[in-house]
Amino acid sequence: MLRIAGGRVYDPANGIDGVVQDLCIDGGRVVGDVQGGRAIDASGMVIFPGGVDIHTHVAGAALNFARGLTPENYRKAVPFLHGPERRAGLGGITPTTFATGYLYAAMGWTTVNEAAVPILSARHTHEELRDTPVVDKASLVLMANNEIVLDLLEADELEQAREVVAWLIWAAKCYGVKAVNPGGVAAWKWGKNASNLHEPIEGYSRVTPAKIIAGLAQIVDDLRLPHPLHIHCNNLGIPGNISTTLETMRVLDGHRAHLAHLQFHAYGGDGWGTMRSEASTLADYFNAHTSFSCDAGAILFGDAMTITADGPWQHLLHQLTGRKWGNVDVENETGCGIVPYVYKGHNLVNAVQWAAGLELLLLIKDPWRIFLTTDHPNGAGFWRYPELIRLLMDVEHRRDCLKKLPKRALRRTVLADLDRKYTLSDIAVVTSAGPARALGLTAKGHLGVGADADLAIYAQGPDGISFGRPRYVIKEGQVVVEDGEVRPASEGREFLVRPSYDEKIEEYLRPLFQKVYTMSFDNYPVEMERLTRPDVRACE
Amino acid sequence: MLTLTLKEQPSVPLEAEALSPDLTAGLPPEAVRALPVHLGKRQLRVADFFEVDGAPGDELVIRGAADKVKWIGRGMTRGRISIQGNAGMHLGAYMKGGSIEVSGSVSDWLGAEMSGGSIRVRGNAGGQVGAAYRGSLSGMKDGTILIDGTAGLEVGMRMRRGLIAVGGSVRDFAGLEMKGGTIVLRGGAELRTGAWMSRGTIVSVPQIPLLPTFTYTSTYNPTFLRLWGRYLSTHGFVLPYEEREGAYRRYLGDSSVPGKGEIFVFQPHAS
Repeated sequence: MLRIAGGRVYDPANGIDGVVQDLCIDGGRVVGDVQGGRAIDASGMVIFPGGVDIHTHVAGAALNFARGLTPENYRKAVPFLHGPERRAGLGGITPTTFATGYLYAAMGWTTVNEAAVPILSARHTHEELRDTPVVDKASLVLMANNEIVLDLLEADELEQAREVVAWLIWAAKCYGVKAVNPGGVAAWKWGKNASNLHEPIEGYSRVTPAKIIAGLAQIVDDLRLPHPLHIHCNNLGIPGNISTTLETMRVLDGHRAHLAHLQFHAYGGDGWGTMRSEASTLADYFNAHTSFSCDAGAILFGDAMTITADGPWQHLLHQLTGRKWGNVDVENETGCGIVPYVYKGHNLVNAVQWAAGLELLLLIKDPWRIFLTTDHPNGAGFWRYPELIRLLMDVEHRRDCLKKLPKRALRRTVLADLDRKYTLSDIAVVTSAGPARALGLTAKGHLGVGADADLAIYAQGPDGISFGRPRYVIKEGQVVVEDGEVRPASEGREFLVRPSYDEKIEEYLRPLFQKVYTMSFDNYPVEMERLTRPDVRACE
Repeated sequence: MLTLTLKEQPSVPLEAEALSPDLTAGLPPEAVRALPVHLGKRQLRVADFFEVDGAPGDELVIRGAADKVKWIGRGMTRGRISIQGNAGMHLGAYMKGGSIEVSGSVSDWLGAEMSGGSIRVRGNAGGQVGAAYRGSLSGMKDGTILIDGTAGLEVGMRMRRGLIAVGGSVRDFAGLEMKGGTIVLRGGAELRTGAWMSRGTIVSVPQIPLLPTFTYTSTYNPTFLRLWGRYLSTHGFVLPYEEREGAYRRYLGDSSVPGKGEIFVFQPHAS
């Protein structure tokens, strides 16, 4: 039992905007009142629901490949020394599993969504998630280049495809469906890409990226998954990709969808020399179409590690930068590319990217539909979210940062003209309430009675709130961070769904596996025992 | 001047990054004795391995068979370390300033990723002198490493700036993926010198085997080699630079990258 007394509470989901009130916690949940137990005096402090990261890459084969590819990052990294209750780990741009959990918790984030899980290596992902302490986890399974699904779309067998998708989600023990560069990764195996949404992809005569997008959005809606289709559009990072992004949203018309790391999809121009931000065009369309949510995928200057299933883009990035490159083909499911990257303020393209992320966060009017992410570790490490929060709340600081950018870059953005300032309530929405709602996690992102008792308490100093160093972080009613020290905590939960499907689909899949997979059908699904504290959410 | 005398050679390598003037300069001998060193996974004290005598100061003298003592002078920014005998791996790695002098020989990773200061080794050095650690984009970024004897593999691997001069011969892959700076090979090199170099200068006095991806451009006596020659002669390195002695054949490469590095090979006049 725990009473947090006298804090100023920001709980936008329940319409509470900076009201001083007591919060009572019992059995890991927020309750109306408690008698006895520990009391925390939070007077003069502000209380936010625990942060929810809707799009991050923290576990799995691709991330582990990136860790192995860049030993140099660990030599410079902050070590987490092991103690009686704490495991050792290393920070750096791709922190080790234990360090990831500690770093998220130390910042006040309590739920993370691992956004890219190939089914073939889902077992590995879950084992790493198990070793990511403190935070609750969800994960999305990669589907838009799965050749079994694409073959069914080629044959217009949408119902059968739905059964397969449902079976695959359950096989991977994941929470939702992610589409990365639909068709492009399958085409990459032929050395091609899919840049036009309406042209058939390599190896198929009728399957186009648009068909995959519409088909998967329909399937996700039909399966009533709590989180809509999570889509990484085609042509990520390429100048002029705004037309693809807008066309993707047109294809998705009438469906729910979450557009991932939108910043990387908001560029105009026709080459690197003419690239400009088209965030305002994108925001206009997005503002008018309310069935979509998105996350910013903002970049910050400094080290990054680009990891994505978007293999062809990563090959291009490797050619552009000359940095080392890792490429993985995940049989007939997906791919993966890895290139270390440094965003530099004096680089024209990077400056435009920096501005575009902030523009989207400022121009998309409804904070309930755009969420704070850096597509960790692609745009910047997640522990730099406090820097983004400051850029959103402090117009003067934002203008000072803008002045350091090349003049040519300023002409390609409208950021200098934006004077919107995020309120504390807005911050609570984009970091917690909004992403929790978009994920369909009803007990997350708010502090009403019955909610999971995940919250962060920040001291309010003369210079405002230091978001990087919460005074306390409470996860499921346990104090997990106090005075900047992460304390031993229970394992986080893992959220997953069990969409309904006809068991007969296995009769269809089994022979296909014998024919095309290296893994046998019976070994393919992840066993429930692999997950610690699984929490199967309803599809309704 | 503080003198540390190694009592006996440790059974496994001793990691002693505490042996740096930055840490010891302001400390009385008792505090230096208490500084941490690592033997395997065990943290021990300097005094467990060294006799510490003398007064605190910017100069550190290390005596004894320190062949297995690693990381001496790691990241040092000032002062002087004088090693009377041999030293182990990673000597002067990441150093930013000050100087290190070794009367004997040293092991691998001498001055790896250093960005300033100078190192003089009277004996031989191991491999990866001034190199980048595995995965890093660049090796030494500035400073000077002078080795009187021979050196091992990958001398100056990915170096970006600074000077490495080796009196004896070096093994394969000197200047591998070099990005800048200068390597002077007084005693020549084995195979694949300058492989994948994109910029930088390698000078060899004896004839060395060259990769086919290096193209001969011209024969002349560059003015900067005259300057280098004079500078090195003050340190006892002889680099011919007078026109009456001969000229340098210049090769450009490595064209497989493609790079704009250069290798100069001395061509004495037929006498």
